[in-house]
Amino acid sequence: MTLFIEQCLNGLQFGLLLFLLAAGLTLVFGIMDLVNLAHGSLYMIGAYFAATFAAWTGSFVLGALIALVATLLVGMAVEVVAMRRLYGRDHLDHVLGTFGLILFFNELVRLIWGPAGMSLPLPFWLLMPVEVVPGISYSAYKLSMIAVTLIVAAILYFLVMRTRIGMLIRAGASNREMVGALGVNIKLLYTLVFGLGAALAGLAGLMQAPILTVQIGMGENILILAFVITVIGGIGSIRGALVAALLVGFIDTLGRAYFPDFLRLVLSQEAASTAGPAISSMLIYLLMAIVLIVKPEGLFSAGGK
Amino acid sequence: MSMPLLQVKDLDKRFGGIIATDHVILDVDDGELHAVIGPNGAGKTTLIAQLSGQLRPDSGRVRFAGTEITTLPMHKRSALGLARSFQITSLFLDLSVLDNVALAVQAHAGHSFRFWRDARQVPELREPARAALARVGLAERVDLPASALSHGEHRQLELAMALASNPRMLLLDEPMAGLGPEESARMVEMLQVLKRELTILLVEHDMEAVFALADRITVLVYGRVIASGRPDAIRADPQVREAYLGEEEREAGHD
Amino acid sequence: MSATLTVRNVCAVALLVALVLLPLYVWLADDQFVLTLFTRIVILALAAVSLNLILGYGGMMSFGHAVYLGIGGYAVGILAHEEIQSGFIQWPVALGASAVFALAIGALCLRTRGVYFIMITLAFAQMAYYVIGGIERYGGDDGLTIYQRSQFVPPIDLNDRTQFYYVCLALLYGGIYLVWRIVNSRFGMVIQGSRSNDVRMRAIGFPTYRYKLICFVIAGVICGLSGALLATNTDFISPNTMYWTRSGDLIIMVVLGGMGSVIGPVFGAVALLVLEEALSGITEYWQIILGPLLLLVVLFARGGIDGLLYDIGRPKRVQP
Repeated sequence: MTLFIEQCLNGLQFGLLLFLLAAGLTLVFGIMDLVNLAHGSLYMIGAYFAATFAAWTGSFVLGALIALVATLLVGMAVEVVAMRRLYGRDHLDHVLGTFGLILFFNELVRLIWGPAGMSLPLPFWLLMPVEVVPGISYSAYKLSMIAVTLIVAAILYFLVMRTRIGMLIRAGASNREMVGALGVNIKLLYTLVFGLGAALAGLAGLMQAPILTVQIGMGENILILAFVITVIGGIGSIRGALVAALLVGFIDTLGRAYFPDFLRLVLSQEAASTAGPAISSMLIYLLMAIVLIVKPEGLFSAGGK
Repeated sequence: MSMPLLQVKDLDKRFGGIIATDHVILDVDDGELHAVIGPNGAGKTTLIAQLSGQLRPDSGRVRFAGTEITTLPMHKRSALGLARSFQITSLFLDLSVLDNVALAVQAHAGHSFRFWRDARQVPELREPARAALARVGLAERVDLPASALSHGEHRQLELAMALASNPRMLLLDEPMAGLGPEESARMVEMLQVLKRELTILLVEHDMEAVFALADRITVLVYGRVIASGRPDAIRADPQVREAYLGEEEREAGHD
Repeated sequence: MSATLTVRNVCAVALLVALVLLPLYVWLADDQFVLTLFTRIVILALAAVSLNLILGYGGMMSFGHAVYLGIGGYAVGILAHEEIQSGFIQWPVALGASAVFALAIGALCLRTRGVYFIMITLAFAQMAYYVIGGIERYGGDDGLTIYQRSQFVPPIDLNDRTQFYYVCLALLYGGIYLVWRIVNSRFGMVIQGSRSNDVRMRAIGFPTYRYKLICFVIAGVICGLSGALLATNTDFISPNTMYWTRSGDLIIMVVLGGMGSVIGPVFGAVALLVLEEALSGITEYWQIILGPLLLLVVLFARGGIDGLLYDIGRPKRVQP
């Protein structure tokens, strides 16, 4: 039972992490109509920055904060230099252009940091297990990840739904010319939104760095999941991204943990150990397929923020 | 007079709380040009959409040439001889003018699961397309990419595509949309020629064109028919003046 | 494909002839490496041509096309592993498996449009990547070595590198011809119309979904053949062949070469792979150049090499 609760917490943590990544993606797409494949690169850069700055300053938290700001700046720079020219173009052009950026960033990272990955050690106060409920202890770090993500989600919600900037963002999503005509500096708005998306990606990257990985190409693997989530949740919808991300997080984590055992009940030992891992990794794609069949626009189509 | 070519009986369509079509009764006689007018939001395009099969009415009946077509899918209606043009130009801009119309011909020339023969060399597809383009006055422009045409020529092309299936009756949704005075005059001339060969249901805002072309006029306000009859009768009808023409006169008075 | 004498047509013919004469050069210069390189180029050119059918002509932006390279390759590899060496069984299975997969995935993906479609095709290709990578019996992540090449009837011997090159080249030319006929046929007109304005196509009476699905399957089958050839060329197949960045490479070939013609992708495949070879000789970080280059092509030379050649031959047309 304790193991189950732990897996549930893992699912929650993973889901929330995916939400951070997907939120940035869906925000940029919903508002600027831009498909950004290089979103994963920003995730990677966030992790690399964190590992580097943490080593320089000797403090995990300080390194993380500097990395966050640095990623935000890199994001805005990319927007000004490259993304601007892609607005209004065919989505195919976005995909191709940002794919080129992926190649560029992967090589750049390899040039600067070398081909071997990096590691980001945690300070001891985050390594301690915490007793969540009597009898069940969970990693303090993962708990703080959950907390941070929830706080960010709440801030995002507040930002988008309750502030003037958020209103501009939502208005921008539905009517760009109008917002421009109102005298709002669209260029600046877009740069900021893109920067926000980059920061979210970077935050996700640096948060998972201590527990998962810091290596070249890490962005691409998780980018697919972020895309799947935006499709399931509905492009442009933050709420949809949250629901979908949690769904995916739980299904993937619990699926990998329990599905092979479940298979063993039905199939022979050998068949189960061959098919088990393969099918577990397929589960979220099956979910996506089902959503596609039942509701192709996603669970919460655009506008349902 | 024999049975009308198009018979619309008690057509109803709602979108949530909005009544788009309210018990519409309409007849179009064979060879007639019947205009449908009304202020913006009167439901004219929704009506055409139901007649062409794009939308399904909530209740009511539509008969074309004696056949019940109320729920018949779009492509089957054009097979029966009822074709439609679109208000918002929606063409194949990166294909040639001739290709555009040839596609409209191809849609009714059996299935298209033919993978080998060059479709641009098939006379059964190209000849009717050329003929339709000649009818609308675009014979000189057939090999240009559709994107190279002016807006007025786009409207002509739009008409050619509707003619491509050699229909008995045309549903024209604001063919003058966005046209300047010269182009409008040309379009009116063309429609006068077509009028002699086909039956036409014309939805239009351009009052000059309507009164120049129509044999009969139906006036739609908030989805309801408030008047229907010969142009002179409509012009004189007080309800129509009030709801529609009157507005324009009042506006003209303010200039 | 007009028969007029333009810069572009001359270049196209020159390329096709040069590819035929290549083994002669290899024999004279005694440079086996060039033969191996160009065999790979020819095989991937076929894959790119198949992608252009759905991408350039059909407007279906599939970011998972490399999955068929994997399916075709694994069909050959798995059957070889299970001691079934006959090419007459392996290759049809490669084609059949590709068709089935394309039908299943296409049926789902084509329910979406635009960017959704891009993401879905990508996701399904990744799914295949992970699933195959998880099957230990056939090498898992490390891949599968193919110890014996597909057997056909003598005198065809795929172990002879020159012969194998000509087999691939013949299949490429056959593929180009087939795609050319398809895009100009009635079926092709529907596909092109659907790319241009899908809503209008349906309005004039075409049930575009089924046409697009069949087109998707055809492209998948041709690419599956390419996959079988690819696996044969290296005597090896691994899940990496299906990784989504490989699909990206195919798209680069198509866009770089030019989406507007059947032969454009061949230009692209040659250009990209030769460029890769040349650049990696200069620096191991050549992708730093390739990445921005791709962005520049997208921004300023959208018609690709084909487009550029086309523009050289003609005076600038005045856009109204």
